[in-house]
Amino acid sequence: MAEHIENIDAEKQKPQTKELWKVFWILLIITAVEFVIAFQISSDSDFGKWLKISLFIILTFVKSFYIVGTFMHLKHEVKALIWTVVLPVVFVLWFILALVYYEGGYIGSLK
Amino acid sequence: MSSHASSTPDNLLWKGGVQPMRVGYGKLMMWIFLLSDTFTFSALLISYGLVRFSYPTFKDLNPGQSIADFVPSTEWWPTPEKVFEAVPLLHGLSLPLVFVGIMTFILIFSSVTMVLAVEAGHRMDKADVEKWMLWTILGGFTFLGSQAWEWSHFIHGTGAGGANLISNEYGPTAFADFFFFITGFHGTHVLSGVILNILIFYNASNGVYQKRGHYEMVEKVGLYWHFVDLVWVFVFTFFYLV
Repeated sequence: MAEHIENIDAEKQKPQTKELWKVFWILLIITAVEFVIAFQISSDSDFGKWLKISLFIILTFVKSFYIVGTFMHLKHEVKALIWTVVLPVVFVLWFILALVYYEGGYIGSLK
Repeated sequence: MSSHASSTPDNLLWKGGVQPMRVGYGKLMMWIFLLSDTFTFSALLISYGLVRFSYPTFKDLNPGQSIADFVPSTEWWPTPEKVFEAVPLLHGLSLPLVFVGIMTFILIFSSVTMVLAVEAGHRMDKADVEKWMLWTILGGFTFLGSQAWEWSHFIHGTGAGGANLISNEYGPTAFADFFFFITGFHGTHVLSGVILNILIFYNASNGVYQKRGHYEMVEKVGLYWHFVDLVWVFVFTFFYLV
């Protein structure tokens, strides 16, 4: 912290923003790609429909990797913190699997 | 208390004074809070998915037809791109997903300005922190305004009664219920994020963090703001694209 306090009167440091703008463009381009997929692949066939859904889900996770890793700085934190945040997210998978496996048939029979 | 010999190796003992995860208490707790919020949003999106797939699609009930021939009915789940196709000032034109694309851009942009404010804080550059916080606040208000427009359009509808919690011109009532609940819950997060950002901007302008010697508060609120952006990325995919 000492060097930070000294810096108040010191010469201004140069901004380190290259990586941040890079991630901004990556996010923007991925979103643009999602739009292209939405309108170029037809959902009329089952194959097209599931291909679209899988591509959207993969691209969403790519985007969240950049947001959490760079914008939220998690990539540069200590391992203990990374695992503290990432591991519990496994419970979301459990959430999905449990509901689809145990309740899927029932929910499907309602309508 | 009598002292007793511990069998734990010395390098594994935490003797205080150092932050175990090398982040401040507030930042660590923000991460834990965001984790709990992840489960809340997951619950909402998973229930949306389950209810959605319990309904037949337009194609299921009209095997010979294409999605392009889609007409709304309570019998099948709507195709989002056939519902969200209006843009302000371009009345009557069918521009599927364009407006929600603009909203996504606004939120990504305000996320990058937020992280630029955090970066300026590391450099103790008060003027830069203020500048980027102001851009972030502006982005937040623009997003909220866009969402208000989208809600209003969805509620008033296209002349067939619109949508509310008990009736819905676009499809099953559950579709409108989920729309209001999920985008509303996210919008509430955006609103509280904007309020926090304004507080941080106010404090930064008054030199509170300069006096304190660090801008960690900007980082904590930044984490929250990025999380709101992250949730939107998922809402965008599972509500509008899939």
